[in-house]
Amino acid sequence: MSGLLYLIPIALLLGALGLAAFLWAMRSGQFEDLDGAAHRVLFEDDTPDDRNHDNH
Amino acid sequence: MGTLVGGGCCAPLVEGPDADATDAVRGRLGPLDPYLIAEPDGHITLNMMVEGITCGGCISTIERSLLKEEAVSKARVNLSTGRLKVTYDPERVAPEHLIATLDLLGYRAVPYDPAALQEGRDQEDKQLLRAMAVAGFAAANVMLLSVAVWAGTYQDMGPATRTLLHWISALVAVPAVFYAGRPFFDSALTAIRAGRTNMDVPISLAVLLATGMSVFQTLRAAEHAYFDSAVTLLFFLLIGRFLDRRARSKARSAAEQMTGLSATAVTVLLPDGSLQAMAPSSVEAGMTVFVPAGSRIPVDGTVLQGQSDVDAQLITGESLPEAVRPGISVFAGAMNVSAPLKIRVDAAGEGTLLAEIARLMEAAEQRRARYVGIADAVARWYAPVVHTMALAAFIFWFFGMGLIWQDSLMISIAVLIITCPCALGLAVPVVQVIACSRLMRQGILLKSGSALERLADIDTLVFDKTGTLTKGQPVLVPNQDADPDDIRRAAGIAAASLHPLSRALVAAAGPGVAPLDDVREVPGAGLEWQGRDGLHRLGSRAFLKLAEDAVPSGGGDSTSGPEIWYARPGQAPIRFAFMDALRDDAAAVVAEFKRLGMDIHLLSGDRDDVVAQTASALGIDAWEARITPDGKLRYLEDLRAAGRKPAMVGDGLNDAPALAAALVSLSPASGADISRTAADVVFQGSHLAPVLEAYHTARDAERLVKQNFALAFLYNAVTVPLAFAGFVTPLLAAVAMSSSSIVVIGNALRLGWRRGGNSPGGKSSGRGWTDSAGSARLKATPVSMGSDPSGSRSA
Repeated sequence: MSGLLYLIPIALLLGALGLAAFLWAMRSGQFEDLDGAAHRVLFEDDTPDDRNHDNH
Repeated sequence: MGTLVGGGCCAPLVEGPDADATDAVRGRLGPLDPYLIAEPDGHITLNMMVEGITCGGCISTIERSLLKEEAVSKARVNLSTGRLKVTYDPERVAPEHLIATLDLLGYRAVPYDPAALQEGRDQEDKQLLRAMAVAGFAAANVMLLSVAVWAGTYQDMGPATRTLLHWISALVAVPAVFYAGRPFFDSALTAIRAGRTNMDVPISLAVLLATGMSVFQTLRAAEHAYFDSAVTLLFFLLIGRFLDRRARSKARSAAEQMTGLSATAVTVLLPDGSLQAMAPSSVEAGMTVFVPAGSRIPVDGTVLQGQSDVDAQLITGESLPEAVRPGISVFAGAMNVSAPLKIRVDAAGEGTLLAEIARLMEAAEQRRARYVGIADAVARWYAPVVHTMALAAFIFWFFGMGLIWQDSLMISIAVLIITCPCALGLAVPVVQVIACSRLMRQGILLKSGSALERLADIDTLVFDKTGTLTKGQPVLVPNQDADPDDIRRAAGIAAASLHPLSRALVAAAGPGVAPLDDVREVPGAGLEWQGRDGLHRLGSRAFLKLAEDAVPSGGGDSTSGPEIWYARPGQAPIRFAFMDALRDDAAAVVAEFKRLGMDIHLLSGDRDDVVAQTASALGIDAWEARITPDGKLRYLEDLRAAGRKPAMVGDGLNDAPALAAALVSLSPASGADISRTAADVVFQGSHLAPVLEAYHTARDAERLVKQNFALAFLYNAVTVPLAFAGFVTPLLAAVAMSSSSIVVIGNALRLGWRRGGNSPGGKSSGRGWTDSAGSARLKATPVSMGSDPSGSRSA
């Protein structure tokens, strides 16, 4: 039973990490164009210059 | 000028547009200043709505074409909303040039002001998504702890460990419930304050009571706590709420796209001779407005200067442009075809014909009873039932069976949790979201959430003629006797004009017609070209100074449709006759709707003989010609008064009031702005099949929604007695709730599988309506011949 003492905090921490990652992704606009993102992954050439990489 | 019309999807990259194309954009859109947003680094950001973005290829084409300009620092397409955001250096490139680039690719772009769109509602969406994330996190973790407790019940877990796990659950669940439950609590509070009850009241009660009671149980170190049920319930309900919201916001963004595409600035000629862009709402009577060729007239007014042709098809349904000269009145919404015009504003804002139509529409919408969606209807009687049952459970156990109040309350809470409409809350939105995206893939936009439900209900279909059943564009009547060389020569001259008949002639001549140089356009009359052999003229009978009874060379048929004449030196003039062809699949779609048992009506502002011909070609018995907008409206209202459930399909300004009065309305994307705004469903493309597809999807969706309700009720019928009897442990509640929700979602997903699906058991597939064989068959029977294709089909 003593395993619980560190397993439960770890479980909660991992869950909280997932939640934080989701909230971050949402804030940085990654859910604004779900359909587009599905297609962008298939583009062959990554834009050679970095002009288009920022989402905002 | 390579301004293409229609889908430029996956077009190849193009070289930059020339100066002419850029000027054309300037003419079409007017000044762009109100839409330009300055960035801190001196660059400018321009937001645009783009028509025709349909796939990943479009994203890549648009972005790469724009980024080829060195001055463009960012170009980002949003495929979901069909919007484009470009940031560029204003020193080195004009925004019109960028829009002209899109024109060349075949995408029509219109700038919009993002601040004007409801940003606030986006915030609410995000709030909901955050609540869902928190509920999901809590549900997963509390469930993890609860599983440990359940497993421990059958093993050697002591009460101390169990209570510790309950405390940790409480630590996670209580804040999560208060954060993630707010959307429901707020709505429930509002309802109670107004003396009503809605579905959120039992939800809030169940969640709060379950949480509160569980905290109390934890304090007592009791065996059962319902933290997991409370948060799982919230999580599933939030999924339903979010999907519901997504379906609505998709509909909303479609509607905004419509209005955004119509809102272009008006160019006003100030007394000092300078031009100024103004919002349509700030234009006043007495001002002078400048309207370039190829753009819409924004006001009702009188022509002061210029000769041109004005295409009023969207207002009157008349498919041919009318020649205008100084002194003639023109109406807002008409397209100025051939030459620039200066127009004195006679009426603006409230005084225009457009505003008059809008008033008719508003009145019609008010008379239309508010439609109660199936989910609301169910919630209306379900909410009281839930309350009553929970209360009855408590009374039964506490007073009837003499149980202690804690246990009675636990049973009562279990009943509340079990009856809570998880599956019910998911039943409608999941289906709607899937139906919406299935339709969107086929170019059909839903503008209102309840449109599908209403569409599934219809028993009568009312069509407008011009632009709805027909293409709204003249097509050359094939004339066997005409020499192909003459047609090509005439087309070479016609290529210089934007007049619809000229375009039809060019289209009929086939590809590779070389436009002739030095063609002079006489606005409102015709075209002249000085050839080596003399003067060639192409235009109206009056322009060629022909007698009324002139006989064309080579005979030609004598149909009474629109015509142009072609005169060459030393030879008899040739007559080209045109007709407004039916949409390729109009007859097939109408026949299919008749097979489905619909009553089909045809209303048109056109002449009796033309409408009669169309009606007989399509096999429509109920038709009326020469009908006014008000008449159409009354026709629809009479139908509804007679207990019918009519859908209206129309595209013109004159259809708008009728569209508003119908139970549900559809409009092609090529229709007037106001009709597209009035319509619940807007479809793209040159076919009528989307109307049929929308109907089939609506019926499929309705069936799935009903199945989902049935599943949800079945689940209640099994579990509510168990809960009432006190057999439901937290484990059973959570499992039953989750599984019923998943079953409902899975059932809804079936809608997405039947891509382009059709009626169940029907022999025809959805594709049959657009295949080439079908359209070829229909093309072979043009309207002007007055033949009856439906007769041969029904035999």
